[in-house]
Amino acid sequence: MAVVDTLDMPKKHKGHDPCLRSPTSRSCCPRRPDATATARTRPTSWAGRKYEKNPFDAVANPGGIIQMGLAENQLSFDLVEDWLEKNPDALGLRRGGASVFRELALFQDYHGLPAFKNALARFMSEQRGHRVAFDPSNIVLTAGATSANEALMFCLADQGDAFLIPTPYYPGFDRDLKWRTGAEIVPVHCTSANGFRVTRAALDDAYRRAQKRRLRVKGVLITNPSNPLGTAVPRADLDMIVDFVAAKGIHLVSDEIYSGTAFSDSMPFVSVLEVLAARAPRAADYGLDGRVHVVYSLSKDLGLPGFRVGAIYSSNPAVVSAATKMSSFGLVSSQTQFLLAALLGDKDFTRGYLAENKLRLKERRDQLVDGLKAIGIGCLESDAGLFCWVDMSHLMRSRSFEGEMSLWKKVVFDVGLNISPGSSCHCSEPGWFRVCFANMSAKTLDVAMQRLRAFVETSYKGAGTVGALRRAAAAPARSMSCPLAMNMKWALRLTPLSADRKAER
Amino acid sequence: MVGKLLPAASPALSHVATSGAHGEDSPYFAGWRAYDDDPYDAVSNPSGVIQMGLAENQVSFDLLEGFLREHPEAAGWGGAAAGSGVASFRDNALFQDYHGLKTFRKAMASFMEKIRGGKARFDPDRIVLTAGATAANELLTFILANPGDALLIPTPYYPGFDRDLRWRTGVNIVPVHCHSANGFQVTVAALEDAYEEAAAAGMRAAGVLLTNPSNPLGTTMKRSVLEDVLDFVVRKNIHLISDEIYSGSVFAAPDLVSVAELVESRPDVADRVHIVYSLSKDLGLPGFRVGVVYSYNDAVVTTARRMSSFTLVSSQTQKTLAAMLSDDAFAEEYIRTNRERLRMRHDHMVAGLARAGVPCLQGNAGLFVWMDMRRLLLGGGGEATVADELRLWDLMLHEVKLNISPGSSCHCSEPGWFRVCFANMSLDTLDVALARMGRFMDRWNKATTPQKEH
Repeated sequence: MAVVDTLDMPKKHKGHDPCLRSPTSRSCCPRRPDATATARTRPTSWAGRKYEKNPFDAVANPGGIIQMGLAENQLSFDLVEDWLEKNPDALGLRRGGASVFRELALFQDYHGLPAFKNALARFMSEQRGHRVAFDPSNIVLTAGATSANEALMFCLADQGDAFLIPTPYYPGFDRDLKWRTGAEIVPVHCTSANGFRVTRAALDDAYRRAQKRRLRVKGVLITNPSNPLGTAVPRADLDMIVDFVAAKGIHLVSDEIYSGTAFSDSMPFVSVLEVLAARAPRAADYGLDGRVHVVYSLSKDLGLPGFRVGAIYSSNPAVVSAATKMSSFGLVSSQTQFLLAALLGDKDFTRGYLAENKLRLKERRDQLVDGLKAIGIGCLESDAGLFCWVDMSHLMRSRSFEGEMSLWKKVVFDVGLNISPGSSCHCSEPGWFRVCFANMSAKTLDVAMQRLRAFVETSYKGAGTVGALRRAAAAPARSMSCPLAMNMKWALRLTPLSADRKAER
Repeated sequence: MVGKLLPAASPALSHVATSGAHGEDSPYFAGWRAYDDDPYDAVSNPSGVIQMGLAENQVSFDLLEGFLREHPEAAGWGGAAAGSGVASFRDNALFQDYHGLKTFRKAMASFMEKIRGGKARFDPDRIVLTAGATAANELLTFILANPGDALLIPTPYYPGFDRDLRWRTGVNIVPVHCHSANGFQVTVAALEDAYEEAAAAGMRAAGVLLTNPSNPLGTTMKRSVLEDVLDFVVRKNIHLISDEIYSGSVFAAPDLVSVAELVESRPDVADRVHIVYSLSKDLGLPGFRVGVVYSYNDAVVTTARRMSSFTLVSSQTQKTLAAMLSDDAFAEEYIRTNRERLRMRHDHMVAGLARAGVPCLQGNAGLFVWMDMRRLLLGGGGEATVADELRLWDLMLHEVKLNISPGSSCHCSEPGWFRVCFANMSLDTLDVALARMGRFMDRWNKATTPQKEH
């Protein structure tokens, strides 16, 4: 989530500020003074502000900055708008012609509106091709996935405990998981050598590093499909991760917020719950059910981030119980629950929406990938998400994070594209950028590609440079990953063990 | 055949998850459960438990429903709704900016001003929206206090604070003891005592938290007392949080004196004053999850805004309520009519209880009365105890079938007081409750009055 963070300079305080206890004072947020400083000075906040001051508009401001750093899905609103027009009762708070306003106005039960949880459970199952069934009583509703992830940390980790998270990861986790909870994140380093897949060796390495820092590891958190990679985690990798958490006696949180953005038939999204189901009944024997928790939200699939609808799904009764009580601090508006119960309860709508949305995402993704390829820029082959993970390392003056920053500033300022630098996602290799494609029209995406082409052609003048770049993009190179699909198919033919060995090379 | 393996234990949960600090083992919640099992219904269950433990405002829904009927665009997106500021469904669905919808903030600021009769101004840019006052209070606690610190809170106080302020924050509550001798008003001596108590326990006092109008007392704070509290927090260099969630429910004199009014005449204290508000009580919309943190301290506003990411208000709800509350005529009419209805309900309840021989603290606000049942605890010789109070509470719940809230769950220092709600039921149901009370008191009086010798 990219929340707009405008420049707020604190005005001069009148009188003595009680928060400042001494000349070497903490800030007014004694708990985590760093968090606010980081948020304000983070490069992506700066770019956000630049965009705010000069946003692209095809008619009013054609020279403005194009926002490609916001992972929003704007491609399928018309489908929802159509439904709203045909179902006015959902907005008018009526059921069978009678007003349910009072009932909803008073409804603040943290167990959530039963009709909504039932519809959500069915929808989540439908997204997974009904290969997993969701029990509504195991769903905890929260004000967005931001709230769900934080609540899970409060439930699973004490202050100072650590969660292992594969890099690159969503920058928001640094705040969401650590700020108020006091938990720590230890990165699991992934590299382009194997398409940024998680390996057992990387997990073990992260675990060791945590121990060296005397941090108690409470779990692993993955995002599947991945943000910012745009890839569904392969089943073999999920199996490996489940084995790892089982061996270490820790939890696994799978943030599946992008589950509805998976658009590939050849590389379908596999939920960690499917992997568990395949191991049943042994999974229950080993207590696996109690240690795996899924996070979901309607912000990406349905494009409704403003409505603040998130969910925790867990088969661990203690987690459900604690998280349910905690949801008091971030309940979903009953007005919104009622609307979405009707929307998601309509099977014709959900079936049509899931199919059409998938097609549109793939089409727009293809437009971006083809556009980049024509300029000699390659991406990690994606099968999900609202963005591509783009390799612009060959465009850096120096192969370093300074080089990445300087390239990024040029792209924001000179080219006018607000993209996200890999370093903000804790990527261990410089030169990668997350570029969003689903939050703009096809025409705007075209404009973005034209600008990028012009930049590459003028910045990298020289006979055949663009051609050379294009050829480099086509051939596998060490710094550029092979199209992921090839790795996937090959790896899946092997047993998990040998796939690990291959990845380590 | 291989024997079944013993299930491996799930990995441990955090201390926060396993502590009892969620507070749901208190009588406050037990009463709700008894009601859930046997709820009163005039037709289908006339002898069921009447819920008088829920501070909800159900007296003015018709006004809200009327507005929505006359302005259907407020709840939908067909055509631009006057005052909503949002043209389309997609704009609204995408809006997750933690600054909140500007039109909604302006509408909230204006509503808060109207409630205070224009005696204080509210700057929309200082309004931070949260999903309810529950979230607002926790947020402020995270921002103003460290784990191990203490908030000083006058008793009796809202039972939910034990969870909301302490559970995940690790912050403690030290009670500021108030007594019936002076109508439970806060005194400087009591504040000083609480401060000393915190220090003796090794806790840094981070601030004082008031609820004004008070829950459960149903009274507004006197201006002089509020000034004393302000002087105290200045002297100790700590914060003041004023939870003004019931500000719109002041139905009798004296008028509400909001800390906002005092800050305007004492700008030197501004940096330490923070106000919490919500639409759950005044508008009767707890389900819509609308809370506010209002701070005069810029750093607190900025931090609160960022932290509100964990608890944003649905943009759909912001849009609907922006349309409603920015309609000045509607808002003024609502405030006026709601107050009047609450006053009538309150007076009706107090009169009914008086007829039954049960006095209440004189109240002028809120959705409840603070009922004095101390007389019923005496007679066993010696001081009344919390155990006595809980026995009486149990009697009320299981025999009289009224779910009322025992003062001990509000940390009241004197046993025998109960909070009884009057705005969450129809007038008919209230009359049934009052009749039951009357009969109960008759029986009690007969049973305890010594028979006269002929």
